[in-house]
Amino acid sequence: MQEQSFINAFSETREITVTVNGRRYTHTVPVRMLLSDFLRHELHLTGTHVGCEHGVCGCCTVLLNGESIRSCLMFAVQADEMFLTTIEGIAGMSNELHPLQKAFQEKHALQCGFCTPGFIISAHALLHENPDPSEEEIRLGLSGNICRCTGYQNIVEAVQLAASRLREAREEGA
Amino acid sequence: MGTRWFGEPVQRLEDPRLLRGKGCYVDDLDLPGQLQAAVLRSPLAHARIVQIDVEAAMALPGVHLVLTAADLGDVLEPSPLLVSHDALDQPRTQLPLALDEVRYVGEAVAFVVADDRYIAEDALDLIDVTYDPLPVVADLARAVENTEALVHGDVPGNQAAHLVQQVGDPDAIFASATHVVRESFAIERSTSMPMEGRGVVARWEQQEGLLTCWISTQGPIPLRNGLAAIFHLPEHKVRVIAPDVGGGFGGKIMLFYPEEVLTPFAAIQLQRPVKWIEDRRENFISANQERGQLHDVEYAFDEQGILLAVSDRFLHDTGAYTPYGIVVPQITSCSLPGPYRLRHYYSEFKAVYTNKVPVSPYRGAGRPQAVFVMERIMDRIAKTLQLDRFLVRERNFIGKDEFPWDVGLVYQDGGPTKYDSGDYQAGLEKLKSALDYDNFLKEQQAARQHGRYLGLGIGCYVEGTGIGPYEGANVRVESDGRIFVSTGVTTQGQAHYTTFAQLVADQLGVAPEDVMVTTGDSQAAYWGVGTFASRAATVAGSAIHQAAVKVREKATRLASELFEAAPEDIEFANGKVFVKDAPHRALTLGQLAIASNPLRYSYGENARKLVEMKLLKGRSGPALPEEQGGPGLEANEFYSPPHASFASGAHGAIVEVDPRTGMVHFLKYVAIHDCGRVINPMVVEGQVQGGIAQGIGGAFYERLVYNPEGQLVNASFMDFLLPTSTEVPHMIVDHVETPSPLNPLGVKGAGEAGVIPVAALFASAVDDALVSFDLRVTTMPLHPSLLHSLIFEEPGS
Repeated sequence: MQEQSFINAFSETREITVTVNGRRYTHTVPVRMLLSDFLRHELHLTGTHVGCEHGVCGCCTVLLNGESIRSCLMFAVQADEMFLTTIEGIAGMSNELHPLQKAFQEKHALQCGFCTPGFIISAHALLHENPDPSEEEIRLGLSGNICRCTGYQNIVEAVQLAASRLREAREEGA
Repeated sequence: MGTRWFGEPVQRLEDPRLLRGKGCYVDDLDLPGQLQAAVLRSPLAHARIVQIDVEAAMALPGVHLVLTAADLGDVLEPSPLLVSHDALDQPRTQLPLALDEVRYVGEAVAFVVADDRYIAEDALDLIDVTYDPLPVVADLARAVENTEALVHGDVPGNQAAHLVQQVGDPDAIFASATHVVRESFAIERSTSMPMEGRGVVARWEQQEGLLTCWISTQGPIPLRNGLAAIFHLPEHKVRVIAPDVGGGFGGKIMLFYPEEVLTPFAAIQLQRPVKWIEDRRENFISANQERGQLHDVEYAFDEQGILLAVSDRFLHDTGAYTPYGIVVPQITSCSLPGPYRLRHYYSEFKAVYTNKVPVSPYRGAGRPQAVFVMERIMDRIAKTLQLDRFLVRERNFIGKDEFPWDVGLVYQDGGPTKYDSGDYQAGLEKLKSALDYDNFLKEQQAARQHGRYLGLGIGCYVEGTGIGPYEGANVRVESDGRIFVSTGVTTQGQAHYTTFAQLVADQLGVAPEDVMVTTGDSQAAYWGVGTFASRAATVAGSAIHQAAVKVREKATRLASELFEAAPEDIEFANGKVFVKDAPHRALTLGQLAIASNPLRYSYGENARKLVEMKLLKGRSGPALPEEQGGPGLEANEFYSPPHASFASGAHGAIVEVDPRTGMVHFLKYVAIHDCGRVINPMVVEGQVQGGIAQGIGGAFYERLVYNPEGQLVNASFMDFLLPTSTEVPHMIVDHVETPSPLNPLGVKGAGEAGVIPVAALFASAVDDALVSFDLRVTTMPLHPSLLHSLIFEEPGS
């Protein structure tokens, strides 16, 4: 019964524990469930979007242990015991928008908003690595995310604005 | 009047929600008890279906339903022909599931509903379809001559439609003109490719007899009407909601896509909510596409560079079906004259069936093709006569005092192609100066000395926008003083929650954030059409403006009665209605709204204060006198434009070409844009920039590659290249404002504009850069390898 064994393999489940936006979750999930589907449909964190399911568009970008990854290219079980940050957690516990989110609004860096969470996560990771990027570095840093609405110019300007504000805040704090 | 919001770059009210990840796109909905669907699609471009065996799929645990055409009963009807036309002799539309023949790779064959999408896709693998392959029509040029291969066996020559339009007497001009040129242009297929694919969630509530569908669409009201007819339900028992929509660009104005019928069908049958979400591969092979055309053009001009006549015969690839009639080629036909004074024009096209995804409008909708042809003509005139390219365009422009200008053609909406206003010369002058043209010519020379190839391209266009038939608006002041606005159009990123709020805020003296705009819900707006053809701001915006004016008039009448003041002394500001020069005689809008409703049971602070003010007096006669026109501060208005309003633009770019690799880089990009009066410049510039990025894709990166078997061989983002932040340059956007005399706001549409001239100016710039190679670009899109071969294989290289 070859068919039966393939059905069993696909219905196999495993218990995983992940920490998402500071909250711990323990769930039993099918081993073949994508991390993006787990976040969206098991944890109901639907701000992480799925645009291509083959790792090109960047809509599903999240932070895994602090690094930006594409959640459509990972299984949920691979994230067991790991720490994730999604768009819902980017501003921490604050009710205020994160400086990147605020800059995106001010610079009109989003239209339909579907790609936006992925861009903000990618930009967040970029600014963590390089707090003072040039325009070219921003464009390169965001070239793994596709936006079909804006033409990117306002996104680049938003990241520049957020970067300068974050630097100022850090200097004031220092 | 207080602050005026019209014309201000008001930040978007919809943003905080979307930025926090709190948007609600169709796939974000997970209803209790919901099942998930997947579609089995044809792997062949043309075949007879011999047999479908669904037994193994049905037996898979977790599968609830497997549908084939045979299971659909009276729902197995071809989808409606959305726009008919006398020239469309052989319309054909698609069944929800193919019955005995598939006509393109991706056509829906079976529909599976299971516990989740994973299981549904497992079940697709277990469906066994026996196909008998038929000859495939993949090549547009040969489709018409082909007598063997027919997409539809009963449509000879694969010809769906044939339309001829003529202005003046081009043949007479060709017979006597000094310069007559013939050449051909080829435009390949492209596609909308929104980041969010299509999607449907359907819920059937048996007790109420209510069908609710959340659909990622640009036209929920026509969908509601259609679904009611298909399922024999009263229209008010079908609710279609377009929630947040992750981009449309035309692909989502099509109806019905099969899944829009199959998903509610399954939900009704299973008595459970059903979700279907399109994945990216499905989007490539089953969401409608556009652009493919082949033009044979003859044109005549004089020694001064005046274009005297054009004759354009073209083939339009309509794919396997014609759901949208001949709208796209008809727009091409009408858009070709552009901003130029063309008095002798012959246009003939054939819309031709091929075994490919059906064609319906994609942002630009037939215009990029027309502009490509016309702007190539302008460049050729300049080159032949050794005239400056700007000068040739200036000599041919319709003058700013020549409006209204009747092109003499019937537009896609059945109305005249009649330009309402414009100043093309002003736009081109601004472009020339923003490109620093004189300086560029020196730079270009200097660069050539260093072996660098710089080129400048120009693209001018006119775009028919804001077509009818109509849109409506409901504007109502609520008891807390905030204002509810609903309209039948949808929002796919165009900032309607902000721009429409600006229009209402201006009339009622409130801030835009006090205006709550609802779009895309058939229960909030019964009458309406949809968001396409750059029409929302023009048509729905005008209706909203008119309704807000009516509410203001009603509020003014009521306040003047309550305050015993002259109507002309009533003013609106900061959420209050007050008597001029007596600001203490004031009510908030919420209080006035309560006062306008003779209801005894009013609650809340506004109601209490109103009572304390003792403004309401006893009255004789009915509590709601007829002349008050109903309770509340509310109005419903409709706006129907007399015909399309014509926006225009002139784009230019400076590029650098590397002939060794065929790669092209933008050094500068300038867009001068005229969409009449601008409601929100930040939003309009965003629309133009986004359009340009799509245009750059269409000029150099995006190309749907079908092989002779009709297989789309680059159906992934690895192979179909959407421009990213490294391919799209910095863009300068500036405006010319020639208000439209056709609507009360003076606005014209802006949504599609950016994309229209890009391929034309790209070709123009590449030719200019490679003038020493004597290059003539006649195809779009280009791509590096094609450009490389043009450089090194063309004569003259």
